[in-house]
Amino acid sequence: MTSASFPRQVAMLLWKDVRVELRAGELIYATLLFAIIIVLLFSFAFLGGAPPTVEVMAGVLWVALSLSGMLGISRSFEREREADTLRALLLAPVERSALYLSKLLSVSLLMLLLCAVVVPALCLLFGMQVGDAGAWGRLILLLTLGILGFAAVAALFGASLGRARVREVLLPLLVYPLVVPVLLAGARGTYAILYGTPESLDDAARWLKFLLVFDSLAVMGGLWLFEPLCATE
Amino acid sequence: MATEAARQPGAATLQTVEVRGFYKDYGRQRAVADVSLTLRAGQLTALLGENGAGKSTLLGALATLIRPTRGQVLYDGTTAEAWSPLALRRCLGVLSHEPRCYTDLSARENLLFFGRLYGAFADGTALTAACAQKLTEVGLQRAADRPARTLSRGMLQRLAIARTLLPRPQLLLLDEPYTGLDRDGVALLSRLIAAERERGAIVVVISHDLDALGPLCDQVAVLLHGRLRAHAEFAPGTCDGPALLRLYQQASAAGAAAGAGKLRRAEPRP
Repeated sequence: MTSASFPRQVAMLLWKDVRVELRAGELIYATLLFAIIIVLLFSFAFLGGAPPTVEVMAGVLWVALSLSGMLGISRSFEREREADTLRALLLAPVERSALYLSKLLSVSLLMLLLCAVVVPALCLLFGMQVGDAGAWGRLILLLTLGILGFAAVAALFGASLGRARVREVLLPLLVYPLVVPVLLAGARGTYAILYGTPESLDDAARWLKFLLVFDSLAVMGGLWLFEPLCATE
Repeated sequence: MATEAARQPGAATLQTVEVRGFYKDYGRQRAVADVSLTLRAGQLTALLGENGAGKSTLLGALATLIRPTRGQVLYDGTTAEAWSPLALRRCLGVLSHEPRCYTDLSARENLLFFGRLYGAFADGTALTAACAQKLTEVGLQRAADRPARTLSRGMLQRLAIARTLLPRPQLLLLDEPYTGLDRDGVALLSRLIAAERERGAIVVVISHDLDALGPLCDQVAVLLHGRLRAHAEFAPGTCDGPALLRLYQQASAAGAAAGAGKLRRAEPRP
């Protein structure tokens, strides 16, 4: 009897999450609807007034992503707890860090799917214009890095809150303060990309580098802390 | 003592588990006090006691999910920390009140997923065959491809049993395994537990179904208010439900006579 390799463990756990979600559809529909509602509410707020600036559009994008992303993350872990399958995974001979990485990736996939709806919704409702293919590439990279940073923090606390009674409240309380740098860099970077001048694109490159550093630290911290945070009672 | 090889992945050969002077406090509440017990390969130990006696806490400690406040749990003479975590977890099979199955996956997909995680089979073909066999053993062959959420409570329990036994664990920890099972299910589970014991697994069972558990027992430990109040070993085939009940009643009476009040407060720590 031998253990699967670490990448294979991550792949098995990730595939399980994807398969469960494809069957249930619970997280995808709930978070997508929630994200669309947020964008619609913001668009109603600007009805009849001056067209929203690119700063506002960037802010709406990241508010919609972070709120609906948190809903998805919270529900994703709650589903594991309801059937106590999280305990079964903690008892299985898999690296705890593989469990963390798989959750990080599944949450990131869900949030990237959100982007695929929220960004077109912003283009439609707010008249957001991203620009050429280069700008789209930068925006996709920025969103991916921002989502990875967000998910790296959320996945760490999502699993480790265990059976805490007020975990649904605790999760956002713990996660949001820690992801302020991601939201700030995401919103500022998005604004810089949408603005589209050479100076603002330099600015966007700086925010991209910042997110890269944040993600590296968050993922390393998550891999290091996940085992002790999920450890024995 | 366990050899170094036994502590490494690929060598799940657990022969004894010793609980030595085990205490567990939750804050100022003492759940278990001074329990010592030796569990051996090929033996079934029944943990009896009223609700809240500390049985599940002890089982959690054996499953490495609960850290002792004081005392030790030794796996082949070595603490869990000295083992490779994956090697030790590969030895464990834990069945609890909850089926711990993914309800959006089918029964077969659940087994395939957990079978792959445990890496207990040489290849996919062997795993697929083992899953099919296990589903047949627990009587779920007809429901194998139905989503688990459509299964009844008893069928889910059968699936949980199959999931637990599939990787052939060396330390089998069963917390109320008869929950939700019909009469046939109870008989089936008893047969499966007996087979695991014959195979050489260390089996620990918490159950209030003494008639089902009795004929399987080699050793009985009665916990009352967190303390071990009675302990008995039986020669193979000499135990039954009434014998367990007598032992439990004697332990309860002795506990009451000794004024064994509930363990309310933990001693102040230095």
